[in-house]
Formats: sequence, C-alpha cells, structure tokens
Amino acid sequence: MGKTTLPTVSFHFKEKVIEASFFFCSSLCIFINVAIIAILVYESYGFFQQVSIVEFLTGTEWTPFFYEKHYGILPLFAGTFLTTIIAIAIALPIGLISAVYLSEYSGTRFRTIVKPLLEMIAAVPTVVYGYFALLFVTPMLQNIFPNLASFNALSPGIVMGIMIIPLIASLSEDAIHAVPLMLREGAYALGATRLQVVRRVLIPAAYSGIASSVILGISRAIGETMIVAIAAGGQPRLTLDPTVPIQTITAYIVQVGLGDAPAGTIEYQTIFVVGASLFVVTFLLNTVSYLLRKRFQHAYE
Amino acid sequence: MKKIIIPLIIVTVAVVAIVMYNSNRSSSKNSDSQVAGTANQTSVIKIDGSSTVFPITEGVAEEYQKENAGIKVTVGLSGTGGGFKKFCNGEIDISDASRPIKSSEAEACQKAGIEYIELPIAYDGLAILVNPENTWAKEITVAELKKLWEPEAQNKITKWNQIRTDWPNEEIHLFGPGVDSGTFDYFTGEIVGEEGKSRGDYTASEDDNVLVQGVATDKNALGYFGVAYYTQNQDKMKLVAVNDEDETNGTGAVLPNYDEVVKGTYQPLSRPIFIYVSIKALTKPEIKSFVDFYLANAGTMSKEVGYIALPDDVYSLVTERFKNNKKGSVYAADTEKGVTIKELLEKEQ
Repeated sequence: MGKTTLPTVSFHFKEKVIEASFFFCSSLCIFINVAIIAILVYESYGFFQQVSIVEFLTGTEWTPFFYEKHYGILPLFAGTFLTTIIAIAIALPIGLISAVYLSEYSGTRFRTIVKPLLEMIAAVPTVVYGYFALLFVTPMLQNIFPNLASFNALSPGIVMGIMIIPLIASLSEDAIHAVPLMLREGAYALGATRLQVVRRVLIPAAYSGIASSVILGISRAIGETMIVAIAAGGQPRLTLDPTVPIQTITAYIVQVGLGDAPAGTIEYQTIFVVGASLFVVTFLLNTVSYLLRKRFQHAYE
Repeated sequence: MKKIIIPLIIVTVAVVAIVMYNSNRSSSKNSDSQVAGTANQTSVIKIDGSSTVFPITEGVAEEYQKENAGIKVTVGLSGTGGGFKKFCNGEIDISDASRPIKSSEAEACQKAGIEYIELPIAYDGLAILVNPENTWAKEITVAELKKLWEPEAQNKITKWNQIRTDWPNEEIHLFGPGVDSGTFDYFTGEIVGEEGKSRGDYTASEDDNVLVQGVATDKNALGYFGVAYYTQNQDKMKLVAVNDEDETNGTGAVLPNYDEVVKGTYQPLSRPIFIYVSIKALTKPEIKSFVDFYLANAGTMSKEVGYIALPDDVYSLVTERFKNNKKGSVYAADTEKGVTIKELLEKEQ
C-alpha cells in the first residue's frame, strides 16, 4: 500500500530526469560530431580567406611551411590514394577468398576457431603495424626491389592491407552466409559445382554486402594514420610511384601536430582544412557503405 | 515548433564549441604571460637567445636548479639577434648566441652602458650524410649544396646527375630537419644564404632518428644532421666531405671530424657557440655561481645534447677569461676565417 502513495509529481519529475539523461547520453556522440565539424569549418573558413579554393584543390605542390608557400592538396591526396589502393589490392582478394572459404568450404568447427582468430588481427595496435612495416616489411621488400626507398608507399600499403583483411573477411563472410539456403540448394540441384555456386550465385547475391565491406575497408585505409606516419615518409609529392617517400593527409596532420605551429596562423589552419577534406571523403564513403548495406538487408527479408 | 528544435540544438552546440575552443586558445596564451609576470618575485636568472644554444643552456639550467632550490632559471629562445636586443636593453642577464656579437649589436650595448663577457661553450656542426652503398658522392661543394637545397630547386632538381653530371641518373631522396629546428635555420642560413629559405619537397622530421633511418636504408638518400647523430650511427651512414672553395681555411673538401671542427677548417658548417654574460648581472652572486656551474658542465652537456665539446685546454682558457672579468668579444670585424678559439683566447692573454 505504501508504495502507491508516492506523490505523483515527484514520480513524473523522476521520470523526466531519467528520460532527459537517456536523451543526453544517446545524443552525446552527435553533439561531439557537431562540435568537431563546427571547428573544422570555422578554421577552414579562416584558411580560405587567404588561399583560394581553386588553388587548394588543383595545386600540385604542398609546402605551407617553406619559403615558397604552396597550398595544393593534390600531393597529399595522391599519397593517401596510393597507399589506399595498395591496401585494397591486398585486402580485397585475400579477404574475399577467406570469406568464401570460411562460409562455404570449411567445416563449422574450423570456422568457429578461425574466425575469432582472424578478427584478432584487428586488435593489433596500429603503431605496432607501423614499425612492422618500417623495420620488417620494407627491408624484406628491398631484397626484391633494390631501388625501394626506406620510406615508401608500398610497404605501409601492404601492411594496411593486412590490417584490413579481417574487416573485409568478416563482413563479407556475414554477407555470403546470409544468402538464403534456398538459392544454394537450387544451384546444386541444377548440377553446379561448388566453385560455380560461389562465383555465379553467392557472390552476386551477396554483392552489396561485400561492396559495403570493401568501402568500409577503403575508408579505414584512408583514415589510417600511425602506419603511414611511421613508414611512408614525410614528403608530399604528386606521384603514383610506390617506391619513393610520400606523405598522406593523416601523416601531415601528425607532423604539424608534433611541431609548434602557432595557433591562428595559416600553417596551423592547414591541419584543419586537410582534416576537413579527409572528413568529407570518409563521410561520403561511409554513407555509400551504409546505403549498400541497407539494400543488402532488404533483399531477402 | 518541434521541427525547429533539432536544428536549433545543433546550431547551439556548434556555437558553444567554437566559443569554448577560442577561449581555450586565448587562456593558454594568457598563462604564458603570467609566468613571465610572477617570475620577478623570486631569485631569477633570465636567459634568452639562440635556439641552437638553448638545449645546452636548458640542460645546464635544469641541473643547476636541482642543486640550488629557490633560484629560478628561465631560458627563452628568441634567436641570437632577438637575444642580443633584449640583452643590450638590460632585460636579461645572459644571452645565448650561435655567432659572435655583431658590431651593430656591440654598439647598441655600449650606448645602453651594458658591458659583457663573451664565453665560448661548444661547437655546433652539421654533417652531410649519404647511404653506405652510395659510391659516387664523396665530396660536395657549397655551391652544389645551394643548388640542391634552395627553393628554386623544388620539383626541379630531383636527380643526382643534375648536380654533377658524372653522378647517376637516379632520383635523389632528401632528408632534413623540420622548420622548427635550429639546425634548419643554420643550414639554410649558411648554404642558401637566408635563414628559413629552403626547398620544401624533402622528408622533413624533427625526430633525428627518423632521418637516420631514412638515410641508413635508402641508397639514393642525402641528408643533413647535427654531427652528433653521425657519431652515434657511424656504421649506418657515410659522411660527405664539404668543399667551400675557399683555400684560406683548409684546402679542398673537408670532413667534419673532431680535429677539423676544432681547427675551424670545416666551414661553413661548423661554428662555435657562446653565452654572453652581463657584467652588471654578475654583482648578483647567483649569476656568478650559475656561470661557474655552466662552464664546469658545458663539455658534458654539449656532448649529451649532440654538439661538439671544446678541447679541455680551451675550457680552462674560457674559465680563466671569466675569472679575470675580461670584457668584450675576442672577435673583431677583421678576425680572419679559420682562426681557432684557442688562438684568439691565447692572443688576448
């Protein structure tokens, strides 16, 4: 009896407080994102007061700290693009083949053991990958390509690929596994071999899921910082040659962050403007990936 | 009404974020000036000047403060010129300098009635280094270094044979310190002719170990560093001798080994560095004790932070000079190139 005599006002008030705190927690992430975007836009605005957006997007030299100042982001984009392409060239085939094997060929026991192990690769800190690229992979590659520079795009690209394999393998495996059994059985009933089923039925059916995993992988590679900051060098250069030192957008931000560019100067603003560019690219990629995944979820429901 | 609320919240968050961000920035600026303001109340030794000398002075100051609680040593880095300006205004007690005082600066001091003792404390030297597998670059002239590093070379001088035609037709990978480094200022000042004037398309890092790693594993690399980094990594890199094409201070190309630096023949990439002590400040006993401590530790500290210590007999001459209150600079406008500190100090005695 005592419980029901609680004053209703206080009860409602409590409810409201709890509701508000739930709302606050769930929207905290959004607030932080809004704050980040606001600061990026604010500092970028200051930057574009001094440098034209055309020069920024089309310039082929990036030397904001030097005597002849150039603010063309293309060399940084080229570096990011190059390492990302190499990473995906490694991660896509290996990741996809692993996914197919785990989903279609291996036994259930093997799968339950190997899949968590594969995902453990993703738990290796990226700084470890960075030094792995610099001190192990690069010297190894130099035995094969004697002209490979000590800082280059190739080695961090490959290591980034290794890092992304579990991401692509795991998400693609989910997508392939989710293809209804009906489709598989139908194909087998027509006398198709296992490889034919995989190539002609499963991969096309799971296409949007696989594509979404690859795009997530690309966006992970573009945003990856530590590996390229350690092993790719620090020289912004407009090239697609993977054997020479380059600099990616993220590595540039690290370099400036470690120095002492005074706040409010254009040198300081450059890290925000390249950060904003990076944000725009990964945001677009993540949106595409999200849309693809949504399509894949709808397909067989 | 509800439709407006969400955009309204977002805009508010954005505005609040920017306002907080800006106030953070300005408050961190204020706190710097507060330190300077409160510093006057205790016993303070004020030092400012060259960023090259800074690591040694800072190191000595740290050790000194450990042993002498209650005395505060502040070390600034306004550059050699900026340091002398403050020094001759009587704002600081000791000025760090990576070159002897200029006659214009000496005049300014004289006008203000500031007398001083000049004390050499170490050598600063830069080494040009290549990979051990590099068989072609054994020596390089200052003019060639300028051609390689000046801003006009950016994206143009990219191959070895553009510097010397009998060098290979291969890409040259450049490594050097970043723009915040004193080494960068020194190199660009001496080689290109103006401090800070450099090409920008090279691997720039404030972390010398990155540069060592770069040169040590890249056949086509060329880099410049403080000499000390070479001493620690002799097996990984190869020195390039530098020829200044001036026969008055050593003929031909010279390697930056200890003897050549001390003799003053490794030019222009080695130089003595100094502290200048105000005579007026020496009336305060803590300043005298600090300078004594500095001279006793300059050798070890300079090695520790990557410079070349003066020979022991020169340190005794310098200590002698300080003890005897020898005013002024041993460098005159007509001081010849290639004269050693030892000769200058002995001549004075």
